[in-house]
Amino acid sequence: MNINALRAFVIKEFHHILRDRQTLTILLLMPLVQVVLFGFALRSDVRDIRLAVVDPMPDHATMDLRARFVGSARFRIVEVFKTPDAIEPLFRRGSADVALVFEPGFANDLESTEPAHLLVAIDASDPNTGTTYLNYTRAVIQAYQSELNARSNQVRIATQTRMRFNPTLESVNLFVPGLIALVLVLVSALMTAISLSREKERGTMEVLLVSPLRPQQIIVGKVLPYLVLAFANVLTALLAAWAIFHVPFRGSIALLLSESILYTLVSLALGVLVAARTSSQRAAMLTALLATMLPSALLSGMIFPVASMPGWLQPVTNIVPAKWFIVIARGIMLKGVGLAILWRETLILSAMALLLLAAAMRSFKPRLD
Amino acid sequence: MRTLRFLVRKEFLQIFRDRFMVAQMLLMPIIQLLLLSSAATFEVKTAAMYVVDRDHSETSRGLVDRLQASRRFMVVGASASTEPGNEMMLARKVGVILSIPADFERDIVRTRSGSVQLIINAEDGAAAGVTQSYAAQIIAAYANELGAQLTPLVRATPPIQVHARGWYNPELNYRDYMVPGILVQLVTVIGTLMTAMNIVREKELGTLDQLSVTPLSQSVFMAAKLIPFWVIALVELTLGLLVARFVFHIPMLGSITLVYFAAAVYLFAALGVGLFISTLVETQQQAMFVTFFIIMVYLLMSGLFTPVRSMPEWAQWMAQLNPVKHFIAIMRSILLKGAGPADVAAPIGVLGVFGVVFLTLAVRQYGRRIG
Repeated sequence: MNINALRAFVIKEFHHILRDRQTLTILLLMPLVQVVLFGFALRSDVRDIRLAVVDPMPDHATMDLRARFVGSARFRIVEVFKTPDAIEPLFRRGSADVALVFEPGFANDLESTEPAHLLVAIDASDPNTGTTYLNYTRAVIQAYQSELNARSNQVRIATQTRMRFNPTLESVNLFVPGLIALVLVLVSALMTAISLSREKERGTMEVLLVSPLRPQQIIVGKVLPYLVLAFANVLTALLAAWAIFHVPFRGSIALLLSESILYTLVSLALGVLVAARTSSQRAAMLTALLATMLPSALLSGMIFPVASMPGWLQPVTNIVPAKWFIVIARGIMLKGVGLAILWRETLILSAMALLLLAAAMRSFKPRLD
Repeated sequence: MRTLRFLVRKEFLQIFRDRFMVAQMLLMPIIQLLLLSSAATFEVKTAAMYVVDRDHSETSRGLVDRLQASRRFMVVGASASTEPGNEMMLARKVGVILSIPADFERDIVRTRSGSVQLIINAEDGAAAGVTQSYAAQIIAAYANELGAQLTPLVRATPPIQVHARGWYNPELNYRDYMVPGILVQLVTVIGTLMTAMNIVREKELGTLDQLSVTPLSQSVFMAAKLIPFWVIALVELTLGLLVARFVFHIPMLGSITLVYFAAAVYLFAALGVGLFISTLVETQQQAMFVTFFIIMVYLLMSGLFTPVRSMPEWAQWMAQLNPVKHFIAIMRSILLKGAGPADVAAPIGVLGVFGVVFLTLAVRQYGRRIG
């Protein structure tokens, strides 16, 4: 065991990284640019809904309801027709999202004992926004209806809703933890995978293997500089989130930073494992990419909640480290909880880090094939 | 022409020599398609609900029953105080807290109006909105029911009956919508990344200098680098479409020929970007990072996950410059809406322009290096 050799090796690795200014710039700037760009651009909320109205016989009730849609701030009436045939071409061109179709004599029906019918057609080719359109439309109609009920002395139950932890349903608050998870896994898993497999490809790995360094030390030496780099990324990303988007930090920053280091370790171990199992930079990269980018974006709950996924898929998400990190980061940032509640997720991440590191050490053979 | 044929063959041999890579390129996308296409949904299945009932009346119990009966809500705990519910929400064990005040029943009987409080865990954003609207519908229906009981003479049915119909995807099947988009993404990742790595690898190994002293013209060299990945990407698209058709039963309303035509044009743009990056950078590591950055921007701003129309205006303009966005829109409208050549001519034209621009840039850049 030679601690001096290890130190020299780590210093050499740092030199390698610092020498390549171009890559270093990309590495330091990329996470920042991404958090800023996506923080502004990614929104799952629906704001401007284009409404087409079919009103064959306008009366006071249809005008009243139409006025409510206009007044709701979310809706904008793009066109009013007399017959329903006009909707189809409008939808096909994609110039309307929702169509509200009245029947003739809407006001009369409302006053009689027969129910008044109302058809709501939505462009559901995107089911996610389609559902949202429908819900907002229903909400406007419901508000109108409960007012009618109140007039006719019917029962009204007012629901006071509180959206806890994110009252305005601001997308950026939810995406920032996910973006950090995504950027970290990309930087750490890919960089280590590439750095190790490059040594293999260039034949310098042989030199390392006959040196007095042990395989474990080689791994530590490779991993350490990227841990520092990834930590710098976390800091810049969090700073951007706080300064530009005013994302809340309700819990302990120290805990958040330690959890980020833990998660980075998992990603780095993943990178070492990939490098140990592949033979070329290309193969390492492709494997690392396919194993990290899409799963971390889709199976982690970053955009789509895990609870919404089909039953068979939910257990699969458990092996995605980003999922656990996102639960932790949201817990600390939005809910202000600490280890008392997040111990389970932390334990899982630690177990993942240990397992992956052990697997990586084992696959990392001290001799060449 | 003969040289080109030889070169293309050489490239193919080089790619297929690495069995692992071939398996990666062909198998991984299929696995990903199978896994990921089911993940992208905001659908809310059953929300775990905590009930704080301070009224303990028949009416309050009725409300809880209605919410449970809808199968959208499942009561996982109840007590007279909010504290345990709060704790459970912090630990993600509860998604909704329903709080019914004392005198709820008395208020309804006397004044015809009562109020309840709903606290929703908004940690998951979009899902919280959906949960809220389900709850609002059930509560409104219950209010009507109560009204009918209290004053039987007034109408029993709600005055307005809303009939909803979703066009193009009546069952609101998320998979139908996601599969074409994810397919595009996978073809793009493989195509762009592989081409980006290709030339720079020759640079790193030093074989590029050898090539540049041979009597090869720039465009022949570029074509030889491009064609293999173009073919591989199309093969991959075919595999993906087969999975989409026979595993997921995605409706394919439009013409498949049109899909291939659009893909052929699109791939020039996607691979052109890769080639351009490849000529620009010096190491595979750099190539990879630049490509990742670009792919991530492509991916997240393509409308695959979040609608382009929800983005701020400047981002929507940026999205217009994103070939992935256009190709996803084309695939969705051909497969799901049955759009014909006339409907998608404009976006295909845009893709063609992107292809020409990127390829020209790549050839130029490569030429400059040799010069």
